[in-house]
Amino acid sequence: MSLITLAVAAILFAVGTYLILQRMLSRVIIGLGLISHGANLLIMLAGTGPATPPVVTGEIAPTVADPLPQAMVLTAIVITFGITAFLLALALRSYLLTGTDAVEDDIEDRRIGRLDRADEEPEVAA
Amino acid sequence: MSWLLPAVVAVPVLGAGFTVVAGRRLLVQRVIAVSGVGFVLVAAIALLISADSGSAQVTQVGGWAAPAGVTLVADRFAGIVLTVSAAMLFAVLIYAMAQLGRDALDWWFHTKYLVLTAGVALSLVTGDLFNLFVGFEIMLIASYVLLTVKTGPDEVRATMSYVVINLVASALFLLVIAFVYTTTGTLNLADLSVKMAEVDPAVRSGLSMLTLVVFGIKAALFPLFMWLPDSYPTAPTPVTAIFAGLLTKVGVFVIIRTQTLLFSQDEPSTLLLFVAGATMTVGVLGAIAQNDVKRILSFHIVSQIGYMIMGLGFLSVAGLAAAILYITHHIVVKTGLFLVGGLVEAEHGTGALDRIGGLLHRRPVLAAMFLPLALSLAGIPPFSGFVAKLALIQEGLALDRGMIVAVSLAVSLLTLFSMTKIWGGVFWGEQSKAEAKAAPGMVAATVLVVGLSLAVAVLAGPIADLAARAAGDIVDPSIYARLVLGVQP
Repeated sequence: MSLITLAVAAILFAVGTYLILQRMLSRVIIGLGLISHGANLLIMLAGTGPATPPVVTGEIAPTVADPLPQAMVLTAIVITFGITAFLLALALRSYLLTGTDAVEDDIEDRRIGRLDRADEEPEVAA
Repeated sequence: MSWLLPAVVAVPVLGAGFTVVAGRRLLVQRVIAVSGVGFVLVAAIALLISADSGSAQVTQVGGWAAPAGVTLVADRFAGIVLTVSAAMLFAVLIYAMAQLGRDALDWWFHTKYLVLTAGVALSLVTGDLFNLFVGFEIMLIASYVLLTVKTGPDEVRATMSYVVINLVASALFLLVIAFVYTTTGTLNLADLSVKMAEVDPAVRSGLSMLTLVVFGIKAALFPLFMWLPDSYPTAPTPVTAIFAGLLTKVGVFVIIRTQTLLFSQDEPSTLLLFVAGATMTVGVLGAIAQNDVKRILSFHIVSQIGYMIMGLGFLSVAGLAAAILYITHHIVVKTGLFLVGGLVEAEHGTGALDRIGGLLHRRPVLAAMFLPLALSLAGIPPFSGFVAKLALIQEGLALDRGMIVAVSLAVSLLTLFSMTKIWGGVFWGEQSKAEAKAAPGMVAATVLVVGLSLAVAVLAGPIADLAARAAGDIVDPSIYARLVLGVQP
């Protein structure tokens, strides 16, 4: 059971990493979602697996599930949800401003890149 | 006294809530923000004094004893960094309030700023790995929103890369949490410091490296620093100044905390020293290539992080003490430099070196504030950077690490060179026309930060002693464990 979960987490990480490396913002955001799902799955694996619910009513059961990973995953999901919503709003803003979904290079970087090429050109000519 | 620990987080969060209720009443918002951040400053000083007098405050949140519940700890190390951070948060708040209305700082600035304060405070005092994740996220979410105060194409593009990089780092952080919990069954830092000793060394060094990558991204270490000079300069000055002063340094704080507390057995010091040297060199070379005040300073953040990691790489009391001293000095100086850069920008509408000049004659006040900060950053005596660099280099020579000492000295020289580049571009040369005059409050806040930087230099002796005591605490993990868990190991 946990081997399958582990494999799923690995696939999620692989696909997520591929998507993050794309230039399209929408793909990057989906990739981020997949990666955090993978991380959440791994946290679930850190627990004890299926067992009696960890609610103590009178006598204590011999095998209770570990509630901590679930609490952590819940917190992590909420945080990722909030940031993904923010990112989507940013992506929309970026699309409205530039008319494209692709991420541009930094302006200063482009300027310095041009400087670099300008330095090289005379040498090429010579 | 121990109620102060949860209060440094709770008060700013409550204050943030009140500023929302206050709506568009600017005066009310300002009173709430100043008293919230002011409270954190006073509480941080009280916690530091208490920790230094031998009774470091520990709070078990909700009354659950150490390994089960969330622990908040303010030992000397956390106390020092929290105090300096709170002082900078306070100074920058005053600066921002004077700038509000002039720049596009919107109505909800105070709310975001208080949330940022709470996140920084929580990240510094928490004694629990998952709680650290939450603290970091609070801090980062506030920083995402602060970066998009203006929503032009540049800001959106810069924030985008910043958010994506940090989100990847957060996902990796979750991975660390999952692995640590699987191997040890606990996330309490004190409990972990005991249990990590029994973990297989191979697994432990894997965890150590993954942790280093996660916080290396947050602290902008080589080769994970590219996002920083890309995103910081686009924000309004008060935002950039506080990011530059604090956020990466919180990352460095956590690197030092985790490496000393959890992975002290492995001593990855050669690797750390290599990373430190590369961070210094690449950062300063990047700075030399730039042509804008804020971008030059942003690359210097990266460069300076290397010095702190160099202190950690020595893994000795004196090395760690030098690193703590360096963090103290750097937070103040870096914030100050950005505030001066912001004053120049506020008066000229640009920070590009080729479009301004001759400020030495027209605005000697700015030059007088920039000079001690710039010389301090380069490590020229008698300013604060000299004291911190001297401590680092002495320890490097004592440990026979000549290579890193040589690199750090060469980088200092290059730092001085790029500072003279700003000096020559902004303060010398043909006089440029100012569009406006900076508000007196902005100048006053900058003077305050410059004064603090000079105070660090004047009080270098006592501060170095304090840093040495703090380093003595963190170099031996059992001290921290005893503090949190009671009498155990």
